[in-house]
Amino acid sequence: MTSLTSASTIGAARGLADNAAARFVARRLSRFVVSLWVLLTAAFAMIHLIPGDPVRAALGISASPALVAERRHALGLDLPLPVQYWHYLSGVFTGDLGTSTVSQLPVGRVIADRLPATLQLAVAAFVLAIVIAVPLGALMGVLTRGGRARRTELAFTTTSVLLGAIPDFLVGVVLVWIVGVHLHWLPVAGRSGVDSFVLPVVSLAIGPGVVLARILRVEMIAVLQADYVRTARAKRLPALAVYLRHALPNALTSTITLGGLLLSTMVAGTVLVENVFAWPGLGSTIVSSILSKDYPVVQGVVLVYGTGVLAVNLLVDVALALLDPRSTIRES
Amino acid sequence: MAQLSAITATGLPDDSRPARPGSRWLAVLRTPVGACAGLGLLLVLALAVVAPPLWSGQANRTDIGAMLQGPSARHWAGTDNLGRDIFFRVLVASRLSVELALLATAITVLAGLLLGTAGVLLGRRAVRLVTAVVNIAVAFPGILLALFFAVIFGVGAKGAVLAIGVAGAPAFARLAQTLVAGIEQRDFVAAARIAGVGRVRVLVRHVLPNIAEPLIVNAAIGAGGTLLAFASLSFLGLGVQSPGYDWGALLGAGLTGIYEQPIAALAPGIAVILAGLAFNLFGEALAKGIGLTTTLSRVPLGRVRRPVRSSGSVESVVDNDGGPVLEVEDLVVTLPGHGAPISPVCGVGFRIERGEAVGVVGESGSGKSLTALAVTRLIEEPGRVTAARLRFQGTDLLTGPARAHRRLLGTGLAMVFQDPMTSLNPTRRIGRQLAEAARWHDGLSRAAALAKAVDRLRAVRVPAARRRARQYPHEFSGGMRQRAMIGMGLMGTPALIVADEPTTALDVTVQRQVLDLLAAIRRRDSVALLLISHDVAVVSQVCDRVLVMYAGRIVEDLPAADLAATARHPYTRALVAAVPDMRTDLDSPLAVIPGRAPDPARLPAGCAFAPRCPLATDRCRTEQPPLETDAEGRRVACWHAGPVAPEGAARERDTMIAAGRHE
Repeated sequence: MTSLTSASTIGAARGLADNAAARFVARRLSRFVVSLWVLLTAAFAMIHLIPGDPVRAALGISASPALVAERRHALGLDLPLPVQYWHYLSGVFTGDLGTSTVSQLPVGRVIADRLPATLQLAVAAFVLAIVIAVPLGALMGVLTRGGRARRTELAFTTTSVLLGAIPDFLVGVVLVWIVGVHLHWLPVAGRSGVDSFVLPVVSLAIGPGVVLARILRVEMIAVLQADYVRTARAKRLPALAVYLRHALPNALTSTITLGGLLLSTMVAGTVLVENVFAWPGLGSTIVSSILSKDYPVVQGVVLVYGTGVLAVNLLVDVALALLDPRSTIRES
Repeated sequence: MAQLSAITATGLPDDSRPARPGSRWLAVLRTPVGACAGLGLLLVLALAVVAPPLWSGQANRTDIGAMLQGPSARHWAGTDNLGRDIFFRVLVASRLSVELALLATAITVLAGLLLGTAGVLLGRRAVRLVTAVVNIAVAFPGILLALFFAVIFGVGAKGAVLAIGVAGAPAFARLAQTLVAGIEQRDFVAAARIAGVGRVRVLVRHVLPNIAEPLIVNAAIGAGGTLLAFASLSFLGLGVQSPGYDWGALLGAGLTGIYEQPIAALAPGIAVILAGLAFNLFGEALAKGIGLTTTLSRVPLGRVRRPVRSSGSVESVVDNDGGPVLEVEDLVVTLPGHGAPISPVCGVGFRIERGEAVGVVGESGSGKSLTALAVTRLIEEPGRVTAARLRFQGTDLLTGPARAHRRLLGTGLAMVFQDPMTSLNPTRRIGRQLAEAARWHDGLSRAAALAKAVDRLRAVRVPAARRRARQYPHEFSGGMRQRAMIGMGLMGTPALIVADEPTTALDVTVQRQVLDLLAAIRRRDSVALLLISHDVAVVSQVCDRVLVMYAGRIVEDLPAADLAATARHPYTRALVAAVPDMRTDLDSPLAVIPGRAPDPARLPAGCAFAPRCPLATDRCRTEQPPLETDAEGRRVACWHAGPVAPEGAARERDTMIAAGRHE
């Protein structure tokens, strides 16, 4: 009797766990899809929200009415709004993002040319930020737990607060000055070899890296006081195993919950950093396109950036679910 | 209505805060950080006001004869490519930078408040839509939103103010929503609603005043961020346009000539960082001052001075199959306190023979759990443990590094903690948590260790052990988790199980099962048990011998069988008397021991129990009674511990219970 009941409870519990994970994935994917639709709609609406006539604004007051009408027709702006919306959506899904009004190139081509440079920059910065944050935060957490090493704690907190408060493009400017102008160690503009990556990646990653390290330190200290860490010590595991296997994964989950958004800000950070280092990516493209009122390109790049941010957020959620099986249940 | 307003005026979100908000805002300025940040902010604002009328002339005067000069007495920060003074340009640019940032912040706050408080004003469906949109928008970084809106509002100072202002709104709206949701559940808002107060009035009179403080603080912090965002947009060329200039525009212009004139890029950069920090730190100082949560504040702990260890001779490890499992003499645990260190465990000594079950009872704070952690070497710094003798299976645990005893303790000593909900690692599978001890200490392979873990789970009667081993703790019930904890201890060949309140967090029916399991394990392998419990009934059923602790000392040590009838210490008798049994009158209140356990930082002179003891005399209050051993090996520390006739004990018990009920 007992074994029967317990077996059925176990079965139910297992089914629940499977369902929870499946429901978690379904929920996150549906949120991703809805956000993507909102993003698409916003990118479409952008051009219509511009006060006045965007074509007239782009061509200037001296352009002839015939030219304006022709350009409006070429952009499809003379059609009814729902039709334009339909054209836009179907265009996006068939890979047709329109044509640049400045270079007359397909927007898809422009993006395909520029995206790899930005992607490399973002991924490298992403990796560097984590390489800074995890060892530094974990080490600081272990060193300063329970009020130990007060001076180290003060030095670390002060430095990380200051570094975290300086925006990435200003870090870039300072790096250009020190490393480029004074020391002549590394190239400060353009994308040529591996060494040209160093300064843009460092200026993008250092702020989020130290802020994440600071969050991780606080979480690590909290986790090291947890009962299950005492259990791990009671098993007489070596200290390193207690820290790395028992404390760190738990501290990382709460760090990701708190700091996951920082990683997506790095995607947007490429816009500024690319402009500091004349990096031939989407970030410099979007700024020059805004300045030259090349709206189809702006729309396309906004879409790419927005999708990138949403994808990073989805990745953070998935990482969280993998690190902490409870997180799939907690939210429902 | 007047009554309702009165409630609103004092009904702050956190009831523990003092009533006068004004004094708290001022108090912020008296803290070092608050004063510095306030002063810095004042300087930035003053500069923004006075700089343009005073120095516009110097800042805009071009001098073809003095282009791109380095710092000099005439031009402190040198000149730019038109010979204009960089220092004065940076000062004058403060006006536009601060002004535009404040304008954008105002837009953020207004738009954020409108979106965030929509819940109070609109119907449910509209609110759900607003919340959904805000939730999606919040996921996008501010600079991306600002670029998006910069396209709509156009390039230039006006467009940038609108773009940055609107881009900040979703985050502010989210904050306002959270705060409003907290306030809306308060009674006075519900009362106002029931009293028929209109929606707008509820918002303005009842909701907004109560969320104003955190909103102002976040607006101040947000202004710092807005300043930086504006500098970014101007730097990109999307903000302030020539001939106007703010710090961002100066920075952008300076960067192109950074090889010729680095200071032209660095000076506005430094200005942006300093001004941003002033806003930021001021906001953080305000937050700390009014008691909002901050990540960095913690109560400082006092330091513990390392006690000088007596240089006793290091005894070699002896094989002692017949000797006691655990020997403790004069155990002292020292923790940092406020000011002076305190010793919640002070001079405890006992021994546990092979296979013996020893219980430790006492109220909360008597030092039971600390004793258990101290003898098992689990007290971490800043706590300190000293003892005249601490031997486990004949090995001196006080000498040599902790590393040296790792295998002995890891395989020979099992621990079971109070709360099985928190004592297992939530992110690791049960099987692996059991297996790792065997992997480390016995060098088993992963598969072999896991097989052993499954076997041990079976031994502690976890059904379907193989599958259960692959589950996480949250998939186990409380009783099952405690079984898994016990199974974890059985991965080695324990000579001693230390169980610290192992059944306290469990249901009564499960308690019985866990205790039976511990008893079965003891019988099978003659394992000794140190059972810490506040439950006298449990201890007297399970244990052979009982140690009674009070205020960090053992006050009585007696066979469990004698506990009910012939306990000699008044505290032991009071503990026994407080246990309800079948004869207890269910209508009368539960018996308690009158008075409360002493604070370990302020122990009275003499016997610590004297203030609560019905038998206390002047001697008890001045002189500490020693723990004395009688002919039968029982120990007691009491000046009045003469053999007590059963009637006397009963009378005394009745007076104590009566006193307790009067409390």
